[in-house]
Amino acid sequence: MSDTQAHSVAYVRDTMLPQQPAPAGQSGAVQWLRENLFSGWLNTLLTLLGVALIYTLVMHFLPWFLHGVWDANSIKECRTIITDRYGEGATGACWAVIRERWHQFIFGFYPPELYWRPILTFLLLFVAVGPLLFTWVPRVLAWFTPVYPFLAVWLLWGGSGWTPVMIFAGFVLGAAILLLLSPRLGSIMAFSIGAFVAILYFLFVVGPLIGGLQAILPWGLESVDSAKFGGFLLAITLGVGGIMMSLPLGIVLALGRQSDMPLVKGFSVVFIEFIRGVPLITLLFVASLLLNYFLPPGTNFDIILRVMILVTFFAAAYIAEVIRGGLAALPRGQYEAADALGLDYWKAQRLIILPQALKISIPGIVSTFIGMFKDTTLVVFVGLFDPLKGIPDFIRADFNWKGIYWEPFIFVGAIFFILNFAMSRYSMSLERRLQRDNH
Amino acid sequence: MTSAPDAPEQGFRLSQLIYDTRYRSLTIQAIVFILVMGGAAWLVDNVIQNLNDLGKDFNFSFLGQRAGYDIGNAIIPYNNDMSHGRALLVGLINTLWVSFLGCVAATIIGIFVGVLRLSKNWLVARLMTVYVEVFRNIPVLLWILVAIALLTDVAPSPNAYKVNQQTGEAQASMLLDSVAFTNRYTAIPSVHFDRSLGSLDTALAPISLNFLALVIVLIASIWVNKRMLTHAAKVQEATGVRPTMWWKSALVLIAPVVILAIALGINPEEPQIKGFNFTGGTNVSNSFVALWLGLSLYTAAFIAEIVRAGILAISKGQTEAAFALGLRANRTMSLVILPQALRVIIPPLISQYLNLTKNSSLAIAVGYLELRGTLGGITLNQTGRELEAITLMMLIYLAISLSISGVMNVYNNRVKLKER
Amino acid sequence: MKKSVFFGALTAATLTAGLAGAATLDDVKSRGELICGVNTGLVGFAAPDANGNWSGFDVAVCQAVAAAVLGDPSKVKYVPTSGQTRFTALGSGEVDLLARNTTWTFSRDTDLKLQFTATNYYDGQGFMVRKDSGVTSAKELDGASICIQTGTTTELNLADYFKANNMSYQPITVDSNAEGEQQFLAGACDAYTTDASGLAATRAAFANPSDYVILPEIISKEPLAPAVRQGDDQWTDIVRWTVFALIGAEEYGVTSANIDELAKGTDNPEVNRLLGTEGDLGAMIGLDKDWAVKAIKANGNYGEIFAATIGEQTPIGLARGLNAQWTQGGLMYAPPFR
Repeated sequence: MSDTQAHSVAYVRDTMLPQQPAPAGQSGAVQWLRENLFSGWLNTLLTLLGVALIYTLVMHFLPWFLHGVWDANSIKECRTIITDRYGEGATGACWAVIRERWHQFIFGFYPPELYWRPILTFLLLFVAVGPLLFTWVPRVLAWFTPVYPFLAVWLLWGGSGWTPVMIFAGFVLGAAILLLLSPRLGSIMAFSIGAFVAILYFLFVVGPLIGGLQAILPWGLESVDSAKFGGFLLAITLGVGGIMMSLPLGIVLALGRQSDMPLVKGFSVVFIEFIRGVPLITLLFVASLLLNYFLPPGTNFDIILRVMILVTFFAAAYIAEVIRGGLAALPRGQYEAADALGLDYWKAQRLIILPQALKISIPGIVSTFIGMFKDTTLVVFVGLFDPLKGIPDFIRADFNWKGIYWEPFIFVGAIFFILNFAMSRYSMSLERRLQRDNH
Repeated sequence: MTSAPDAPEQGFRLSQLIYDTRYRSLTIQAIVFILVMGGAAWLVDNVIQNLNDLGKDFNFSFLGQRAGYDIGNAIIPYNNDMSHGRALLVGLINTLWVSFLGCVAATIIGIFVGVLRLSKNWLVARLMTVYVEVFRNIPVLLWILVAIALLTDVAPSPNAYKVNQQTGEAQASMLLDSVAFTNRYTAIPSVHFDRSLGSLDTALAPISLNFLALVIVLIASIWVNKRMLTHAAKVQEATGVRPTMWWKSALVLIAPVVILAIALGINPEEPQIKGFNFTGGTNVSNSFVALWLGLSLYTAAFIAEIVRAGILAISKGQTEAAFALGLRANRTMSLVILPQALRVIIPPLISQYLNLTKNSSLAIAVGYLELRGTLGGITLNQTGRELEAITLMMLIYLAISLSISGVMNVYNNRVKLKER
Repeated sequence: MKKSVFFGALTAATLTAGLAGAATLDDVKSRGELICGVNTGLVGFAAPDANGNWSGFDVAVCQAVAAAVLGDPSKVKYVPTSGQTRFTALGSGEVDLLARNTTWTFSRDTDLKLQFTATNYYDGQGFMVRKDSGVTSAKELDGASICIQTGTTTELNLADYFKANNMSYQPITVDSNAEGEQQFLAGACDAYTTDASGLAATRAAFANPSDYVILPEIISKEPLAPAVRQGDDQWTDIVRWTVFALIGAEEYGVTSANIDELAKGTDNPEVNRLLGTEGDLGAMIGLDKDWAVKAIKANGNYGEIFAATIGEQTPIGLARGLNAQWTQGGLMYAPPFR
């Protein structure tokens, strides 16, 4: 067939030409540039604007960064060094302030010889939350999770070693009563009795017990006053503590809001909406100015604890909404299946609903944590030394560092960015994984 | 405990309160009620006792007393002879004003960034991603502090605008001869009328009748324009031909207002440097601008993500279907994509508005006197009434939040998918 | 659930520890520590150094009281308070003593239920301007932008002053002294106003102090005094007489250098009574006999404290002025110790 054609039509080729490279404009970098940067007048304009923006920013800030000085003892010294090195009128960053004061940005006024304690606490945090957040962490470590809060408080604040042990013992006591009695009396009665005994223990037994044990066998860590907390240590303590303490309250509130009981639902809704409706700063003012009005006359405890209480309420309201979302996202069938198995409300929640709802809520909880962590900077307005304003203001009160603004901003901003960016990436990947699991 | 549960003829037993599902919820509610009320009573009792101990009382009469302090950026007329209540009002209006402008700016920037993040332009998409990530992950307080530090560091002082007697020149010159950026405020021209119709004295602020007249005329024009458009639509339905409308609309909308404004002798009053500061015109304080910028840029990063997610949520099939129906790209956007995307976008958008409004209380960091600065700041401090002031402040914020979420609920109900 | 209950228990434990009765003295003694409310950072008056150790003129009062009551000037816990939170901190019992350059006014004394003890610094509100602005008098500040710290009496004084002189101004509100400095240095305000002592301290810390001038007008009276809660007369007396002991010591020539010598007994019965070698004044306020000796030993007498923290030899460089002894033409006047 081709033969005849080959003879009759002179211009038909019978051999393949070797492949030609694409025209210069259609391949490689040029093609990429054309498709991604200059694919129309609008895109070209945007690209040029973008390049101009980057150029301006770099030209403005790069020299300043490059002229940075690390070895100086005051801002004046920094300026002299920069003038000496780069001539009159040159500007440069004075990173020396970070070198000299980095420990205050991180630890506040925590005694330097005890820095290992917050560092250890921070590392252990990963061991404690690892089993919850990462699938590759061995499940065995999960036993450590409930122990961690007691250990962390003890490590950070120090004091008698008996305190965390005996307080933990109280919970073990309550849990033991619950487990022993629930087969006989039913879970509600058992829970009430367990809680009652535990409360009695905390109110009347634990104090003298710790005192007695400490007298017999003293052991513990040097105690550190709350006033020494500052910088990122304070921010992380408030953020992590607030979220951990708010989880139980948040779960209760979320269940309360979903409840069929109008009173329970009403109280939950009022609490959640009230807390979410006011700025955190007003709640912090409540902590610093009003909380004493609401407690019996003469009671008084330190501002970090008061702030922690209000931050917990704040976080609980947001966590409750996240968990409510998780509960709502569970297919109806899960609830119906639990009912069909004859499980009562608490068993159904504990064994079927909450494990699933909490799992899909983790990304939301992480986002809430990021928000909270950022918001902990507001504690500066009630006189605590947060890393963003409290510590820099304090450093600027020193003659040597008066008038240093951008370096602390950049340093603290960078740390916030790194921590939050990592967490948000984690939460996004988790979200994707959960979506995959569900389909 | 030993008796069988299925023996209703025995009548009511106490254990039924716990084990019988019919009564259990009542029991639990009663217990919760008692606990909550008991807790509340305990708190109130403590407050009363503490107030007694301190020799204080709980009343709001301080709101009627003379404030005695000045507010640098009051929108409604205020001076230090007015009451604390008036100062509260000034603060509240400042809160609402900065929140409103912040929401507007954040929405505009957010939509812009969100759309550009989806752009095919590699560079622009990356830049926008960097913007979103950087602003989202750093506390808003830092952005506000950066904004104020930039404004005070970079802009010249008003003195720089003064004409030097020797050289006959000023160090800095005004933008278009009417806007001056300084390290304490931005001076912009204000509107001035040569012929005034007088002003209406309301309790809040005197409202210029000129302004009122312009607004009324504008509203009337809009109404007329709407009627004309409805008419045009009717004609189109009846005949298939839509009468040319754009120039009629433009005429109706613009002409009356312009004519009235000229009749009233409108002219801009330009700021002039006099003594230490600019007078004439309006001075927008840097604390306001810094707060506004910080809040808008921060919130815009979140809004950008919401917009992006909203657009991505609409499946590609919708666009293709619209194209298949012969709709052009812009009509596809306005008739098919946007209405659906908005349903996804609006609820989280409103909650961002809510956050921005609450974050406006960070004005404390730059000394812009809004609600927290007046009522929760100076008034609280000068009168020592922290219980009253903070309670009132929280209730006001709560009312603002609830009204915003109320609006959201109304909207949600209107756009809810009508499922069968 | 577990964790919140745990913190509840912790709270309960702290509550019982922090129960404050009416007698502040007993509290302080049982705690073994004086809790003192101070400024968040005003160089010379109260500022922490790089290691978080506090020093300054107000801090010295705290240390003197701690020495008198507990015998050890280092047994003080400093609680930084802002202009906003200071009175609540005192009223709620969070601090035992407020030594935070606080002006003694009628309404604070009565309506806010405070008890001012004894003025330890006579101050007045002034203005600082840039030298090149050419302003030499506060009367020339018509139309100026003025930086002012919120939550202080200065706000009201400023409004009153401009009203009385029929001038206008633009207030630029700042939250702390640090922020006021930044704004003023950047030129965001034409003048910075606060207590004259604060102005001097602030100016001293500038890179070029000579580029700035403090205007001669003092527009208000600001007697700064340590304050305590109303209703605990014994505690009020202790703080008041500790301050007087410092002032009196200067008048009688008792210094940290010669106090050990003088405490053995002198020819001056007034000094003997003050230092506890004659009579027992300490017992009358529930303290040891040598309470004043310990208080004076902490940082020296009033004059020594002044010289060491804010005096002319320090960067702050304040002259004694009104704060000289009454014998030197000042207002410092300790009532007799008898």
